[in-house]
Formats: sequence, C-alpha cells, structure tokens
Amino acid sequence: MSILKHHAKLETNVLLLMVGILLTVIIGGIVEIVPLFTISETIENVQGVRPYSPLEQIGRDIYIREGCYVCHSQMIRPFRDEVERYGHYSLAAESMYDHPFQWGSKRIGPDLARVGGKYSNDWHVRHLTNPRDVVPESIMPGYSFLHRPLDIGDIVARIKTLRVVGVPYTEDDIANATADLQAQASNDANTDALLQRYPKASLGKKDRTSDQVTEMDALVAYLQVLGTMVDFTTMKPDAIR
Amino acid sequence: MATNTEKDTVSGQYTTGHEWDGIKELNTPLPRWWVWVFYITIVWAVGYWVVYPSWPTMNGYWAGTFGWHSRTQVVQDLEQAQAAKGVYLSKLKDASLEDIIKDKDLLNFALAGGRSVFNENCAACHGVGGVGAYGFPNLADDQWLWGGTLDDIKTTITYGIRNTNPNSRQSEMPAFGGGDKLNDAQLNDLAEYVLSLSKNGTDPAAAERGRAIFSSNGCDGCHGETGEGNQAVGAPALAAGMWLYKAKEVKAQKAQIISQIQNPKGGVMPSWADRGLDDATIKELAVYVHSLGGGK
Repeated sequence: MSILKHHAKLETNVLLLMVGILLTVIIGGIVEIVPLFTISETIENVQGVRPYSPLEQIGRDIYIREGCYVCHSQMIRPFRDEVERYGHYSLAAESMYDHPFQWGSKRIGPDLARVGGKYSNDWHVRHLTNPRDVVPESIMPGYSFLHRPLDIGDIVARIKTLRVVGVPYTEDDIANATADLQAQASNDANTDALLQRYPKASLGKKDRTSDQVTEMDALVAYLQVLGTMVDFTTMKPDAIR
Repeated sequence: MATNTEKDTVSGQYTTGHEWDGIKELNTPLPRWWVWVFYITIVWAVGYWVVYPSWPTMNGYWAGTFGWHSRTQVVQDLEQAQAAKGVYLSKLKDASLEDIIKDKDLLNFALAGGRSVFNENCAACHGVGGVGAYGFPNLADDQWLWGGTLDDIKTTITYGIRNTNPNSRQSEMPAFGGGDKLNDAQLNDLAEYVLSLSKNGTDPAAAERGRAIFSSNGCDGCHGETGEGNQAVGAPALAAGMWLYKAKEVKAQKAQIISQIQNPKGGVMPSWADRGLDDATIKELAVYVHSLGGGK
C-alpha cells in the first residue's frame, strides 16, 4: 500500500496533476482511436453505398435542422426483435458518408434506418404535413411549413464541403449538382445521368402543393433512399466482425 | 499530509490527517462489504475482457475465448424463434391459403402472426384493423380495387401496386380535360354522371349529358358501363361510391372527381417480397387481411 501514499504528492501539486491527467487521456485516446486507423476492415466493404444526391443531401440537412433525430434513430441493432421489425441490421458502411451519422439514441418514433420504400411518396407528404391524417394515434408534430420553396442556392457549397471531409463526390457531381437537384424533383426531366451518378434515387415530384421544388420534396427524397442502397438479397455480411 | 492521523476526543473517531486552516476531517470509511464488492467488480471486468470481445489490437481486436459475437447471436436467436414455431411454420409453408382457413389451429397461428406483421408494416396507411384513410383503401369492407379473394390479396401483398417490381399491379388512368379534350362544362357534366352512378347526383340533366361523355371518352372501358369497376386494372367501382379520394360532403366530392379526371392519382404500395417478408409471413398477412371483414 505504500505506493498509494504518494497520491498526496499528485493532489497537492497542480502541475504534476495536470501532467498526470494529460498522460491518462493520451493513453486512453491512443488505445481507443489508433486501432480504427490501423485495422484495415473497420468498415465492411459493401456494394451499393453511394454519396447522397444533392436533393437527398439537402433533405438530410432539413432532417437534422428539424431535429428528427431527437425521436427517430437510424440504427437497427443486431437483435432478434429489431431485425424482425425493421429488417437487416445496419452496417457501418451504410452510414459512412453521413456527416454526422444519424444513429441517434432515442426512439420516441420508430427507427428510420430502412424506411426507404416502405411508404408511398403521397403517404410521406401527408404524414409530414399532419401525421394524424394517416396515423390517428401518432404524437409526431406536423411539419406543414415544409411546403415552402427549397433554398438551393448553396447546394454546390454543401457538396464541396462534404468532399473536404471525405465524401467522394467527383468534379462531375459538383458541376451537375444544381441540375441533378432539379431533375430529381421533376416529373418529366431526363434522369439517366442522375441515376448513373446516384443509383436508386427516388425520382419525381413528391409535393403536389407547389410547382417549385419544396423542402418537402427534399426531405421525402432523403427518407425514400434510407436503407435501400445495399441489396441484401445478394449481399451477405461477414458472419463475424 | 495523511500521516498526522489522531483520535478525535469528542467522537472517538480517527481523523483523516488532512488539515485546512486548523479544521480537521473525521475519517468515516466506506462499509467493508461495499469495498469488497467494488474490488470484485474489478476482477469480474478482467474476466470479462478475457472471455468476451474487448480490447482493440493493432490489426484487429481480442475476440474473447467464448467466441461470442453479436452477429452470430442474432442469427442463432432468429433460428431459435423459427424452430419454436417450426411445427406450424412447416405446415403453413405447404398449405394452400384455403387449407389454412379450414385448419382452425393453423388459422389461429396465421392470424396472430399476420396481425403483428400488419400492425408494423401495413397499419401506417391502411389503419389499425384495416379501416383505411383518405387515399388508402379500407380493407375491412367488401369493396376491393384489385380483388378480395385470398389469392388476389396475396398477389397484391407480394408484388405491390405501381412500384418498380415488374410483377407489381400496374395501371394508369389517363388525364382528361384541360384544353381541347374536355372543357369545364363537360367536366362538370361528367362529374355529375359519376356522382349519379352512386346515387349522389344533384343534377339529373347534367348527369344525362355526362353519360355520353363517359362512354365517348372510354371511361367505361375500365370503370364499366354502370360503374361496376374492373379489378384486373384496379379501376374503382364508381357505382359503389367508395372511391379512394372522397370527401365527406357531396359538394367537395364533385371537385375531387373533377380533379381526379384532370390530374389522376393512383395509389402506390411496395412489394413486400422485395422488402424482405418471406412467403410464410405473406401468407399469414393474406389470411389476416382476408379475415378483416370483406374477404371474398
């Protein structure tokens, strides 16, 4: 026990105490963070995951702005009840282009990791406008103000910023960002190039209340792609990771 | 510092030896049992590190001697659940939908399973118990857009409606009106006729004019001459007056009929096979929906 007696020296010397704390934090940090860079397969190699299309990305920003994550998680854990209810458990790769990821920690509403394609566009628009219209027992607030026009002036800047933090947008993606955004929210645009860049993007005008692109269009386009990028009929995750 | 412990004369307890401006602190240590439990948890943690996945290493992680992993665990749990339902599930897989309905035990099993799957996946649109909502069909009445037999229901659930699955139910009502095709007066007459089919008309003369527009534009091709509908193309029976986009007041109904003629909407439903429901689960669902009240 004699070594424990020396803690008095640490506790009575501010400088020594600070050095001690710093050492502890450094060691903890190294042990927890460094392996993430040296382990080559931290994120499973998965086919199909792509950066968000410009419209989806703005929708995602609205999702964050409105605090959807406060009540909705996007993380299906590998438990029987969650897999049976929501579908295949989430893979790290599925949120590798999320900055920040929306795993969340609270489920007042259901998990949204695989909500894409589960409901129709009309359902989403009506549900977001007034949830009680379609789900009488819902306690979700209404977001009828999302019918307002979408501000798309800064879409290129948003995409460029994401590229800085590692999302692999190409020069091509950036050059076409505004056009892609408009095309995805239109019923009669040529979307071949868009689908080439962003496969499985949910096309077409969602919000019938306005001819302009609205915030509703963006949010629903984002919701409709959630969890649909990986095809689990062909993709078999590693048995152990 | 902590060396000058002394016995306090008032309480009879020892001090900690700490002293601030002449103020001393009594030493009241934690109960011995608490301290020992604390030490045991530390030892327990070390054991946990050894048997379960824990410490990261330079190029992997310590997997633990038990070989436990969340991914293998969930696969095991799912298999166990399947095995627990094994007897009924294997019967369900081989049975036809008609057989399921005849076998009381199997029917109970299917209805219980179907109900929970329905509440998670279908109730958001069709409502709990299949009561429907504006724009989403009621499944508890005997009006069916795409057919109400067991097989029809199963096909609809499996492939869905107007989605990207090539087998999904497809149909699109063409847009009429606006400009050359139908003018506002004609639209009004046509809407009056549609209302009169379900005996909600208010203007018999207009409805009579609308009858000609109805047939000359080919509406009867899908909706039928008397508005009986056609389940092969999901055309609603206008005569039954239970169409999807229907307001409560007759006045608003006419506006909605005109809007539907000019700018038709059609319901969309996902393919539940594509969304990962297996055949047995879809059978359970079909039997459950069939049982809601309107099954043919």
